[in-house]
Amino acid sequence: MSKLKPMSDQVPASPERRRFVGAATATAAGLTIAPGVMLYQVAHGRPEEQAASSAVRWGMLVDATKCATGCDDCVTACSTENGWTPVAESKHPKQAPQWIRKLELQDPLTQMETNLPMMCQHCAEPPCVDVCPTGASFKRADGIVLVNRHTCIGCRYCMMACPYKARSLVHEDLDDTQKPDVPRGIGCVESCTLCVQKIDRGDGNTACAEACTAAGHNALLFGDMNDPESEISKRLRELPTKQVRADLNLNLGVRYHGI
Amino acid sequence: MKRLLALGAVVLTTAAMAWAGSDNPPKADGAPKPVITKAVKGEQCVEDTDYMRRNHMKVLDGHRDKTVIEGIRTKKYSLKECINCHASETTGSVAAAKDDFCVSCHSYAAVKIDCFDCHSTKPQGSIAMHSLNAETAHYKHKLAAQATSKVSVEEMAGVAQ
Ligand code: SF4
Ligand code: SF4
Repeated sequence: MSKLKPMSDQVPASPERRRFVGAATATAAGLTIAPGVMLYQVAHGRPEEQAASSAVRWGMLVDATKCATGCDDCVTACSTENGWTPVAESKHPKQAPQWIRKLELQDPLTQMETNLPMMCQHCAEPPCVDVCPTGASFKRADGIVLVNRHTCIGCRYCMMACPYKARSLVHEDLDDTQKPDVPRGIGCVESCTLCVQKIDRGDGNTACAEACTAAGHNALLFGDMNDPESEISKRLRELPTKQVRADLNLNLGVRYHGI
Repeated sequence: MKRLLALGAVVLTTAAMAWAGSDNPPKADGAPKPVITKAVKGEQCVEDTDYMRRNHMKVLDGHRDKTVIEGIRTKKYSLKECINCHASETTGSVAAAKDDFCVSCHSYAAVKIDCFDCHSTKPQGSIAMHSLNAETAHYKHKLAAQATSKVSVEEMAGVAQ
């Protein structure tokens, strides 16, 4: 929102200006950045020739109180969408890539059980990016932390630096089993991309959150944390949420309620 | 000198005719000639054929950085779009068999392709697998035409330079 304020300060809200903005929005949706209206356009599918914008910060709210015991629909949906082999089906489960994991935790004192999915937290200050010697680990303008496989050398420094064990190395040849939208391959590190291919397509949701909603659990909410009117921003204002290892001060894009 | 040239031309033409007429894989000095299959979808590539033969790697290289780093997913120069158009009708891929579009030239030029260590070689909803795919159904007449053309030695030599 910090982006919007100075803009509306500079631009006097003259009727002419208003009319112009209205016309521009109608004809070339998303091309002109205008206050308010256009932020919505940016958040829900920008034109393909427009770069990801820092006006948006994609994030996820995990409601651990709704995450169901025994359910791993989000994990299955992720593996289907992004084409990684489920760990149970892998020939080498110990080194199989995992973009998202289902954790079932128990408090040893009270026996209280907590369910939650764990994946890349899309840190605003990502340690994986800090340590990467080639610049392959990077944060996109809209807050998504990615690996550029064209420059990743597979050194795995980022895997060691990540406090959330979110990253995996692809150890084996994938033999053309990749999805056309999700290139991934041997010798490169990978992790949750917040379904970047879906976001760029304008789906406005991730495979895991869609699956959770479809299963009726509604534990995952994806959205733009920079837009005060988005569902995720509203819920974050209302619910007490935590960042995992908040002591590290990484400003995470994934927030948890009920942990 | 002129006579020599003329003789050369005759030899080349005869060789080319012999090659066009034979059922065996075309040979030039023992090396199998690339088989360039005409793209099934689309009328015209995003650039002239000549330009693309020499520069496809440069435009792909520029586009990939824009896509990965900035999230710009325009279709022009997108590898995915190359694959959508050039996937073989038989294998549904640009690099599964030795005559598939990418592999055919690359093996002739002895240039290793790294793209397909990570990228799928098939379009979304492969044409070979889903012949009734709504997206490609109206290209069926083209599929039936089985349009293939072979490149001449001179053409490939031009590309290599
Ligand atoms: S969670 Fe790990 S992989 Fe994701 S941005 Fe943070 S440090 Fe990087
Ligand atoms: S494995 Fe790749 S992304 Fe990770 S630190 Fe090394 S070069 Fe960077």
